[in-house]
Amino acid sequence: MRSFAMTTDASTTSAECPECSARLPVPAGTVKGEILPCGECLAELEVTGLEPLTLALAPEVEEDWGE
Amino acid sequence: MRHTKVGLVCSRVRVEEKMLIDAFASRPGVEVVRVDDDLLDAPLSGAAAPHGAAAQLKGCDVVLLRALGHFRQVALAQLVESWSLPVVNASHVIETCGDKVRTTLALTAAGVPSPSSRLAFTQEAALEAVEELGYPCVIKPPVGSWGRLVARVNDRDAAEAVLEHKDLLGGPLHRVIYLQAHVDKPGRDLRAFVLDGHTVAAIGRRSDHWVTNTARGARAEAVAVTPELADLCRAAASAVGGGALAIDLLEGGDGLLVNEVNATMEFRNSVEPTGVDIPGLLVEHTLRLLASST
Repeated sequence: MRSFAMTTDASTTSAECPECSARLPVPAGTVKGEILPCGECLAELEVTGLEPLTLALAPEVEEDWGE
Repeated sequence: MRHTKVGLVCSRVRVEEKMLIDAFASRPGVEVVRVDDDLLDAPLSGAAAPHGAAAQLKGCDVVLLRALGHFRQVALAQLVESWSLPVVNASHVIETCGDKVRTTLALTAAGVPSPSSRLAFTQEAALEAVEELGYPCVIKPPVGSWGRLVARVNDRDAAEAVLEHKDLLGGPLHRVIYLQAHVDKPGRDLRAFVLDGHTVAAIGRRSDHWVTNTARGARAEAVAVTPELADLCRAAASAVGGGALAIDLLEGGDGLLVNEVNATMEFRNSVEPTGVDIPGLLVEHTLRLLASST
């Protein structure tokens, strides 16, 4: 998984997409490991931590992805 | 003013693609046609005309490819070239840069210095190559990026383990074994952004980990584009076919070595430290390619 996890304030109900920097809402009751879609760039994001809230790109990178 | 349609093929709209869209939008007379490669269905033969995303793409004047997968990038470039449209980058450049075996052979043929490397296909032959390269050495998949599955092996036990895993768990690509001498770099490697042979910016990628890739957390710092760096990058770019390239270099004891060449440059972490408008320059490169082809 690409290491773009972003740490946000645990008290916020939104977080920054590590892909496009857009703010996305994080619903109450979100659990670690949940996949959240970014409404702006459509990236699938995995909640990797709750306190503090952290997001990372979901582990779906294909073998030949990259530069 | 002539209206120019630029096809921007992308799997995801990441920070880089947003910067490119903004840069194109700031050019008068330029329209960006964003094409999602997931939706593409293009006829390769037969009488059917392209429709949907393929028709959109074929209707462009020039194409900038930003798909995430190497094999998709090659196929897309070949498709666009079959329509006689200029494309960044050309398919042969993507093919060469996306395969470390091809890259090394191209660099070597052009006399561009790179780390010592070997090619093997079996565990036994690869182990012999490792022993000759010496420890530590690096085993890389021939196709791959972002530092994935790159292994530094410090001793024979580790080499045997990695090679057995590749043999038993990997697909056909992992049975093409690319081995490279480890270069004891000073806590960083260099990344140069090269357009038409000109190095427009360079960064150092610093990390406490031996993998110095910003996708793996390395920090970017600006470095000066010295004549040595510019000359070597010009030669490396020419060796792989030119275009828009991100060249990775190692600072070895005897001078700079070209480690890898990337044909779909990522630059989100490089604009700020260098102060160079890399997406703007990539846009200019794309429009220049169109101008030179008409």
